[in-house]
Amino acid sequence: MTVHHHLDDASIMRYASGDFDEAFAVVVASHLAMCPEGREAVRAAESLGGAVLEASEGTPLSAGAFDRLSRMLDVEPEAPPPPEPVSGDVPLPLSRLIGDNLHDVPWRTIVPGMQRHRIDIASTTSSLYMLKVAPGKKMPEHGHGGAEMTLILEGSYSDVFGRFAAGDIADLDEHVEHEPIVDSDVDCICLIASEHPTRFKGLISRILQPFIGI
Amino acid sequence: MLSVLRTDMPIENPDPAADQDYLKALMVEVATSRDKASFEILFDRFGPRIKGMMEKSGASSDLAEDLVQDVMLTVWRKAELYRPDKGAVSTWIYTVARNARIDRLRRLPAQPYIDVETLMVASEDESPEAEAIGSQQGDLVRSALEKLPSEQRQVVEMAFAEYKPHSEIARDLDLPIGTVKSRLRLAYRKLREELEDLG
Repeated sequence: MTVHHHLDDASIMRYASGDFDEAFAVVVASHLAMCPEGREAVRAAESLGGAVLEASEGTPLSAGAFDRLSRMLDVEPEAPPPPEPVSGDVPLPLSRLIGDNLHDVPWRTIVPGMQRHRIDIASTTSSLYMLKVAPGKKMPEHGHGGAEMTLILEGSYSDVFGRFAAGDIADLDEHVEHEPIVDSDVDCICLIASEHPTRFKGLISRILQPFIGI
Repeated sequence: MLSVLRTDMPIENPDPAADQDYLKALMVEVATSRDKASFEILFDRFGPRIKGMMEKSGASSDLAEDLVQDVMLTVWRKAELYRPDKGAVSTWIYTVARNARIDRLRRLPAQPYIDVETLMVASEDESPEAEAIGSQQGDLVRSALEKLPSEQRQVVEMAFAEYKPHSEIARDLDLPIGTVKSRLRLAYRKLREELEDLG
Protein backbone atom coordinates (compact mmCIF):
# COMPACT_ATOMS: atom_id res chain seq x y z
CA MET A 1 0.00 0.00 0.00
CA THR A 2 1.39 3.37 -0.97
CA VAL A 3 -0.08 6.22 0.94
CA HIS A 4 -0.27 9.52 -0.92
CA HIS A 5 -2.14 11.76 1.47
CA HIS A 6 -0.62 12.27 4.88
CA LEU A 7 -1.28 14.12 8.11
CA ASP A 8 -0.73 17.83 8.36
CA ASP A 9 2.49 18.56 10.29
CA ALA A 10 0.50 20.38 12.97
CA SER A 11 -1.55 17.19 13.45
CA ILE A 12 1.62 15.12 13.75
CA MET A 13 2.78 17.44 16.54
CA ARG A 14 -0.63 17.28 18.14
CA TYR A 15 -0.69 13.49 18.10
CA ALA A 16 2.85 13.33 19.51
CA SER A 17 1.86 15.57 22.41
CA GLY A 18 -1.12 13.31 23.13
CA ASP A 19 -3.71 16.01 22.73
CA PHE A 20 -6.23 14.41 20.37
CA ASP A 21 -9.47 13.18 21.82
CA GLU A 22 -10.43 9.55 21.38
CA ALA A 23 -12.18 9.87 18.01
CA PHE A 24 -9.24 11.63 16.38
CA ALA A 25 -6.66 9.46 18.15
CA VAL A 26 -8.32 6.35 16.71
CA VAL A 27 -8.37 7.77 13.17
CA VAL A 28 -4.76 8.98 13.33
CA ALA A 29 -3.52 5.75 14.93
CA SER A 30 -5.37 3.68 12.29
CA HIS A 31 -3.75 5.74 9.54
CA LEU A 32 -0.34 5.24 11.17
CA ALA A 33 -0.95 1.50 11.32
CA MET A 34 -1.31 1.63 7.52
CA CYS A 35 1.53 4.08 6.82
CA PRO A 36 5.20 3.48 7.74
CA GLU A 37 6.11 6.99 6.60
CA GLY A 38 3.56 8.43 8.98
CA ARG A 39 4.97 6.39 11.87
CA GLU A 40 8.39 7.77 11.11
CA ALA A 41 7.00 11.30 11.03
CA VAL A 42 5.38 10.78 14.42
CA ARG A 43 8.56 9.34 15.86
CA ALA A 44 10.44 12.48 14.83
CA ALA A 45 7.86 14.63 16.63
CA GLU A 46 8.05 12.36 19.68
CA SER A 47 11.81 12.75 19.73
CA LEU A 48 11.14 16.46 20.15
CA GLY A 49 8.98 15.54 23.16
CA GLY A 50 11.92 13.52 24.49
CA ALA A 51 14.26 16.46 24.01
CA VAL A 52 11.84 18.78 25.83
CA LEU A 53 11.69 16.28 28.70
CA GLU A 54 15.48 16.01 28.83
CA ALA A 55 15.99 19.75 28.71
CA SER A 56 13.50 20.39 31.51
CA GLU A 57 14.56 21.20 35.06
CA GLY A 58 12.39 18.69 36.82
CA THR A 59 10.93 18.80 40.34
CA PRO A 60 12.77 16.94 43.11
CA LEU A 61 11.03 13.74 44.18
CA SER A 62 10.05 13.03 47.75
CA ALA A 63 12.42 11.00 49.89
CA GLY A 64 12.15 7.27 49.42
CA ALA A 65 10.60 7.55 45.95
CA PHE A 66 12.96 5.00 44.46
CA ASP A 67 12.68 2.69 47.46
CA ARG A 68 8.90 2.66 47.08
CA LEU A 69 9.26 1.76 43.44
CA SER A 70 11.99 -0.78 43.98
CA ARG A 71 9.63 -2.86 46.10
CA MET A 72 7.51 -3.31 42.99
CA LEU A 73 10.32 -4.35 40.70
CA ASP A 74 10.45 -7.98 41.72
CA VAL A 75 6.77 -8.43 41.13
CA GLU A 76 6.80 -9.36 37.48
CA PRO A 77 3.31 -9.28 36.04
CA GLU A 78 2.33 -12.09 33.73
CA ALA A 79 3.93 -11.60 30.35
CA PRO A 80 2.02 -9.03 28.29
CA PRO A 81 -0.12 -10.72 25.68
CA PRO A 82 1.49 -10.72 22.27
CA PRO A 83 0.03 -8.05 19.97
CA GLU A 84 -3.11 -9.34 18.40
CA PRO A 85 -2.72 -10.30 14.80
CA VAL A 86 -4.44 -7.97 12.43
CA SER A 87 -6.61 -10.05 10.22
CA GLY A 88 -8.44 -8.69 7.24
CA ASP A 89 -7.96 -5.06 6.34
CA VAL A 90 -8.79 -3.53 9.67
CA PRO A 91 -5.93 -1.63 11.29
CA LEU A 92 -5.18 -2.67 14.86
CA PRO A 93 -6.45 0.46 16.67
CA LEU A 94 -9.78 0.19 14.84
CA SER A 95 -10.12 -3.58 15.13
CA ARG A 96 -10.39 -3.14 18.89
CA LEU A 97 -13.61 -1.23 18.26
CA ILE A 98 -15.20 -3.01 15.31
CA GLY A 99 -13.56 -6.43 15.05
CA ASP A 100 -11.62 -7.83 12.14
CA ASN A 101 -13.93 -7.40 9.21
CA LEU A 102 -14.92 -4.09 7.65
CA HIS A 103 -18.01 -5.60 6.09
CA ASP A 104 -19.27 -7.22 9.29
CA VAL A 105 -20.09 -4.06 11.15
CA PRO A 106 -23.80 -3.34 11.67
CA TRP A 107 -24.20 -0.94 8.75
CA ARG A 108 -27.34 1.19 8.66
CA THR A 109 -28.57 2.62 5.41
CA ILE A 110 -29.06 6.36 5.72
CA VAL A 111 -29.83 7.16 2.09
CA PRO A 112 -29.67 4.83 -0.91
CA GLY A 113 -26.02 4.07 -1.66
CA MET A 114 -24.80 5.32 1.70
CA GLN A 115 -24.47 3.36 4.92
CA ARG A 116 -23.14 4.45 8.25
CA HIS A 117 -21.89 2.79 11.40
CA ARG A 118 -21.50 5.01 14.40
CA ILE A 119 -18.78 3.83 16.76
CA ASP A 120 -19.52 4.21 20.45
CA ILE A 121 -16.84 6.06 22.31
CA ALA A 122 -16.86 8.06 25.50
CA SER A 123 -15.70 11.22 23.73
CA THR A 124 -17.90 14.22 24.22
CA THR A 125 -16.21 16.58 21.80
CA SER A 126 -16.17 14.57 18.59
CA SER A 127 -17.93 11.73 16.93
CA LEU A 128 -16.40 8.67 15.29
CA TYR A 129 -18.17 6.82 12.53
CA MET A 130 -17.68 4.79 9.39
CA LEU A 131 -19.28 5.51 6.04
CA LYS A 132 -19.76 3.07 3.20
CA VAL A 133 -20.59 4.82 -0.07
CA ALA A 134 -21.44 3.10 -3.35
CA PRO A 135 -19.39 3.61 -6.55
CA GLY A 136 -20.27 6.80 -8.40
CA LYS A 137 -22.10 8.29 -5.44
CA LYS A 138 -21.35 11.70 -4.09
CA MET A 139 -20.89 12.31 -0.44
CA PRO A 140 -23.15 15.19 0.59
CA GLU A 141 -21.56 18.56 -0.03
CA HIS A 142 -20.53 20.07 3.23
CA GLY A 143 -18.44 22.70 4.86
CA HIS A 144 -16.88 21.58 8.08
CA GLY A 145 -18.17 22.84 11.39
CA GLY A 146 -14.84 21.90 12.94
CA ALA A 147 -11.80 19.82 12.24
CA GLU A 148 -12.47 16.55 10.49
CA MET A 149 -10.31 13.62 9.53
CA THR A 150 -11.23 10.94 7.05
CA LEU A 151 -9.20 7.76 6.65
CA ILE A 152 -9.91 5.61 3.60
CA LEU A 153 -10.05 1.94 4.52
CA GLU A 154 -11.20 0.45 1.23
CA GLY A 155 -12.08 1.73 -2.24
CA SER A 156 -11.36 5.33 -3.17
CA TYR A 157 -12.86 8.74 -3.76
CA SER A 158 -11.79 11.90 -5.52
CA ASP A 159 -12.33 15.51 -4.70
CA VAL A 160 -10.54 18.81 -5.31
CA PHE A 161 -7.58 17.55 -3.27
CA GLY A 162 -7.02 14.50 -5.46
CA ARG A 163 -7.69 10.80 -5.25
CA PHE A 164 -7.88 9.16 -1.84
CA ALA A 165 -7.36 5.39 -1.57
CA ALA A 166 -6.78 2.91 1.25
CA GLY A 167 -4.43 4.32 3.88
CA ASP A 168 -4.82 7.93 2.71
CA ILE A 169 -6.00 10.47 5.23
CA ALA A 170 -7.83 13.70 4.53
CA ASP A 171 -6.79 16.00 7.35
CA LEU A 172 -9.00 19.04 6.82
CA ASP A 173 -9.53 22.14 8.83
CA GLU A 174 -12.84 23.84 9.41
CA HIS A 175 -12.72 26.15 6.42
CA VAL A 176 -12.55 23.47 3.79
CA GLU A 177 -15.44 22.57 1.55
CA HIS A 178 -15.26 19.54 -0.64
CA GLU A 179 -17.43 17.13 -2.51
CA PRO A 180 -15.92 13.67 -2.68
CA ILE A 181 -17.18 11.26 -5.37
CA VAL A 182 -16.52 7.55 -5.01
CA ASP A 183 -14.46 6.48 -8.03
CA SER A 184 -13.62 2.88 -7.18
CA ASP A 185 -15.40 -0.23 -8.47
CA VAL A 186 -16.19 -1.23 -4.92
CA ASP A 187 -17.84 0.69 -2.11
CA CYS A 188 -15.63 3.26 -0.49
CA ILE A 189 -15.35 2.63 3.23
CA CYS A 190 -13.97 5.43 5.39
CA LEU A 191 -13.41 6.10 9.05
CA ILE A 192 -14.24 9.64 10.09
CA ALA A 193 -13.62 11.71 13.19
CA SER A 194 -15.57 14.91 13.27
CA GLU A 195 -15.24 17.68 15.80
CA HIS A 196 -18.75 19.02 15.50
CA PRO A 197 -21.75 17.87 13.56
CA THR A 198 -21.00 18.56 9.95
CA ARG A 199 -23.06 21.32 8.39
CA PHE A 200 -24.52 20.29 5.09
CA LYS A 201 -25.05 23.12 2.71
CA GLY A 202 -27.92 22.12 0.49
CA LEU A 203 -31.48 22.50 1.68
CA ILE A 204 -32.20 18.79 1.25
CA SER A 205 -29.08 17.95 3.18
CA ARG A 206 -30.01 20.38 5.93
CA ILE A 207 -33.40 18.80 6.23
CA LEU A 208 -31.88 15.33 6.23
CA GLN A 209 -29.12 16.09 8.69
CA PRO A 210 -31.09 15.53 11.90
CA PHE A 211 -32.10 12.13 10.59
CA ILE A 212 -28.85 10.89 9.16
CA GLY A 213 -26.88 12.52 11.91
CA ILE A 214 -23.54 13.10 10.24
CA MET B 1 11.93 20.67 53.84
CA LEU B 2 14.90 20.08 51.61
CA SER B 3 16.08 17.26 53.81
CA VAL B 4 13.20 15.05 52.70
CA LEU B 5 13.94 15.62 49.04
CA ARG B 6 16.29 13.58 46.98
CA THR B 7 19.17 15.89 46.25
CA ASP B 8 21.41 13.48 44.41
CA MET B 9 20.26 14.40 40.93
CA PRO B 10 23.04 13.04 38.76
CA ILE B 11 25.02 15.30 36.54
CA GLU B 12 24.76 14.83 32.83
CA ASN B 13 27.81 13.90 30.87
CA PRO B 14 28.88 17.20 29.31
CA ASP B 15 29.38 15.48 25.95
CA PRO B 16 25.80 15.11 24.69
CA ALA B 17 26.53 12.21 22.34
CA ALA B 18 28.36 10.27 25.06
CA ASP B 19 25.51 11.04 27.44
CA GLN B 20 22.98 9.57 24.98
CA ASP B 21 25.09 6.44 24.59
CA TYR B 22 25.35 6.16 28.36
CA LEU B 23 21.56 6.30 28.77
CA LYS B 24 21.13 3.67 26.07
CA ALA B 25 23.66 1.39 27.73
CA LEU B 26 21.76 1.72 31.02
CA MET B 27 18.45 0.94 29.34
CA VAL B 28 19.93 -2.12 27.64
CA GLU B 29 21.29 -3.30 31.01
CA VAL B 30 17.80 -2.97 32.46
CA ALA B 31 16.27 -4.90 29.57
CA THR B 32 18.78 -7.70 29.35
CA SER B 33 20.02 -8.13 32.95
CA ARG B 34 17.15 -6.61 34.97
CA ASP B 35 19.85 -4.47 36.54
CA LYS B 36 18.41 -2.33 39.35
CA ALA B 37 21.48 -0.15 39.76
CA SER B 38 21.23 0.96 36.12
CA PHE B 39 17.51 1.47 36.56
CA GLU B 40 18.07 3.65 39.61
CA ILE B 41 20.33 5.94 37.59
CA LEU B 42 17.60 6.26 34.95
CA PHE B 43 15.07 6.88 37.70
CA ASP B 44 17.19 9.66 39.17
CA ARG B 45 17.64 11.22 35.76
CA PHE B 46 14.07 11.01 34.49
CA GLY B 47 11.88 10.74 37.63
CA PRO B 48 12.14 14.41 38.60
CA ARG B 49 11.66 15.47 34.98
CA ILE B 50 8.53 13.33 34.62
CA LYS B 51 7.24 14.83 37.86
CA GLY B 52 7.88 18.33 36.51
CA MET B 53 6.15 17.48 33.23
CA MET B 54 3.09 16.15 35.10
CA GLU B 55 2.90 19.19 37.37
CA LYS B 56 3.14 21.53 34.40
CA SER B 57 0.36 19.49 32.79
CA GLY B 58 -1.91 20.22 35.72
CA ALA B 59 -1.26 17.33 38.14
CA SER B 60 -0.97 17.99 41.87
CA SER B 61 2.36 17.17 43.45
CA ASP B 62 0.97 13.91 44.89
CA LEU B 63 -0.54 12.79 41.61
CA ALA B 64 2.66 13.73 39.79
CA GLU B 65 4.65 11.52 42.20
CA ASP B 66 2.18 8.69 41.59
CA LEU B 67 2.57 9.10 37.88
CA VAL B 68 6.36 8.96 38.18
CA GLN B 69 5.94 5.60 39.91
CA ASP B 70 3.57 4.37 37.19
CA VAL B 71 5.71 5.55 34.32
CA MET B 72 8.99 4.22 35.70
CA LEU B 73 7.37 0.89 36.58
CA THR B 74 6.22 0.62 32.96
CA VAL B 75 9.74 1.50 31.81
CA TRP B 76 11.08 -1.33 33.98
CA ARG B 77 8.47 -3.87 32.93
CA LYS B 78 8.48 -3.08 29.25
CA ALA B 79 12.21 -2.45 29.01
CA GLU B 80 12.64 -5.10 26.34
CA LEU B 81 10.35 -3.09 24.05
CA TYR B 82 12.90 -0.28 23.99
CA ARG B 83 14.88 -0.52 20.78
CA PRO B 84 18.20 1.35 20.98
CA ASP B 85 18.42 1.49 17.18
CA LYS B 86 15.05 3.20 16.93
CA GLY B 87 15.22 6.13 19.29
CA ALA B 88 16.77 7.95 22.19
CA VAL B 89 15.94 6.74 25.71
CA SER B 90 14.32 10.11 26.38
CA THR B 91 11.97 9.64 23.40
CA TRP B 92 10.82 6.30 24.68
CA ILE B 93 10.36 7.47 28.26
CA TYR B 94 8.56 10.53 26.95
CA THR B 95 6.04 8.35 25.08
CA VAL B 96 5.42 6.21 28.18
CA ALA B 97 4.88 9.39 30.22
CA ARG B 98 2.66 10.88 27.51
CA ASN B 99 0.48 7.77 27.51
CA ALA B 100 0.15 7.94 31.30
CA ARG B 101 -0.79 11.60 30.96
CA ILE B 102 -3.53 10.77 28.44
CA ASP B 103 -4.82 7.98 30.64
CA ARG B 104 -4.60 9.60 34.08
CA LEU B 105 -4.90 13.34 33.44
CA ARG B 106 -7.30 13.35 30.48
CA ARG B 107 -8.94 10.04 31.33
CA LEU B 108 -8.90 9.01 27.70
CA PRO B 109 -7.83 5.64 26.33
CA ALA B 110 -4.13 5.49 25.49
CA GLN B 111 -4.64 2.23 23.61
CA PRO B 112 -4.49 3.75 20.09
CA TYR B 113 -1.08 5.21 20.96
CA ILE B 114 0.10 1.93 22.47
CA ASP B 115 -1.02 0.06 19.34
CA VAL B 116 1.02 2.35 17.12
CA GLU B 117 4.08 1.85 19.33
CA THR B 118 3.60 -1.90 19.14
CA LEU B 119 3.59 -1.63 15.36
CA MET B 120 6.67 0.61 15.41
CA VAL B 121 8.59 -1.93 17.44
CA ALA B 122 7.47 -4.75 15.16
CA SER B 123 8.19 -3.05 11.85
CA GLU B 124 11.61 -3.41 10.37
CA ASP B 125 11.38 -0.82 7.62
CA GLU B 126 13.94 1.81 8.35
CA SER B 127 14.90 4.77 6.24
CA PRO B 128 18.27 6.48 6.70
CA GLU B 129 16.44 9.31 8.36
CA ALA B 130 14.79 7.00 10.87
CA GLU B 131 18.20 5.57 11.64
CA ALA B 132 19.49 9.05 12.24
CA ILE B 133 16.64 9.82 14.59
CA GLY B 134 17.22 6.54 16.27
CA SER B 135 20.83 5.81 16.75
CA GLN B 136 23.70 8.05 17.65
CA GLN B 137 21.98 11.35 17.02
CA GLY B 138 19.52 11.71 19.89
CA ASP B 139 21.65 14.65 20.97
CA LEU B 140 20.95 16.26 17.62
CA VAL B 141 17.26 16.58 18.39
CA ARG B 142 18.18 18.33 21.59
CA SER B 143 20.40 20.77 19.76
CA ALA B 144 17.70 21.28 17.09
CA LEU B 145 15.30 22.18 19.91
CA GLU B 146 17.79 24.62 21.35
CA LYS B 147 18.33 26.25 17.97
CA LEU B 148 14.63 26.97 17.40
CA PRO B 149 13.61 30.64 17.39
CA SER B 150 12.18 31.38 20.84
CA GLU B 151 8.61 31.86 19.57
CA GLN B 152 8.69 28.35 18.07
CA ARG B 153 10.36 26.77 21.06
CA GLN B 154 7.76 28.36 23.31
CA VAL B 155 4.82 26.71 21.53
CA VAL B 156 6.67 23.39 21.38
CA GLU B 157 7.22 23.51 25.14
CA MET B 158 3.66 24.51 25.83
CA ALA B 159 2.40 21.57 23.74
CA PHE B 160 4.82 18.90 24.97
CA ALA B 161 5.74 19.95 28.49
CA GLU B 162 2.54 21.70 29.58
CA TYR B 163 0.16 19.52 27.58
CA LYS B 164 -1.79 22.47 26.30
CA PRO B 165 -4.19 22.04 23.41
CA HIS B 166 -3.40 24.26 20.44
CA SER B 167 -6.53 26.31 21.16
CA GLU B 168 -5.36 27.00 24.72
CA ILE B 169 -1.87 27.96 23.56
CA ALA B 170 -3.53 30.42 21.19
CA ARG B 171 -5.56 31.90 24.05
CA ASP B 172 -2.61 32.12 26.43
CA LEU B 173 -0.41 33.85 23.88
CA ASP B 174 -3.23 35.91 22.43
CA LEU B 175 -2.55 34.58 18.94
CA PRO B 176 -4.81 33.22 16.23
CA ILE B 177 -4.82 29.42 16.30
CA GLY B 178 -3.48 29.41 12.73
CA THR B 179 -0.33 31.14 13.98
CA VAL B 180 0.16 28.55 16.72
CA LYS B 181 -0.20 25.77 14.18
CA SER B 182 2.20 27.36 11.73
CA ARG B 183 4.81 27.83 14.46
CA LEU B 184 4.50 24.17 15.35
CA ARG B 185 4.79 23.21 11.68
CA LEU B 186 7.88 25.37 11.28
CA ALA B 187 9.51 23.86 14.37
CA TYR B 188 8.75 20.36 13.15
CA ARG B 189 10.07 21.02 9.66
CA LYS B 190 13.25 22.52 11.07
CA LEU B 191 13.82 19.32 13.03
CA ARG B 192 13.14 17.13 9.99
CA GLU B 193 15.61 19.17 7.94
CA GLU B 194 18.31 18.73 10.52
CA LEU B 195 17.69 15.02 10.66
CA GLU B 196 17.60 14.72 6.87
CA ASP B 197 21.01 16.37 6.66
CA LEU B 198 22.31 13.35 8.50
CA GLY B 199 20.39 10.73 6.55
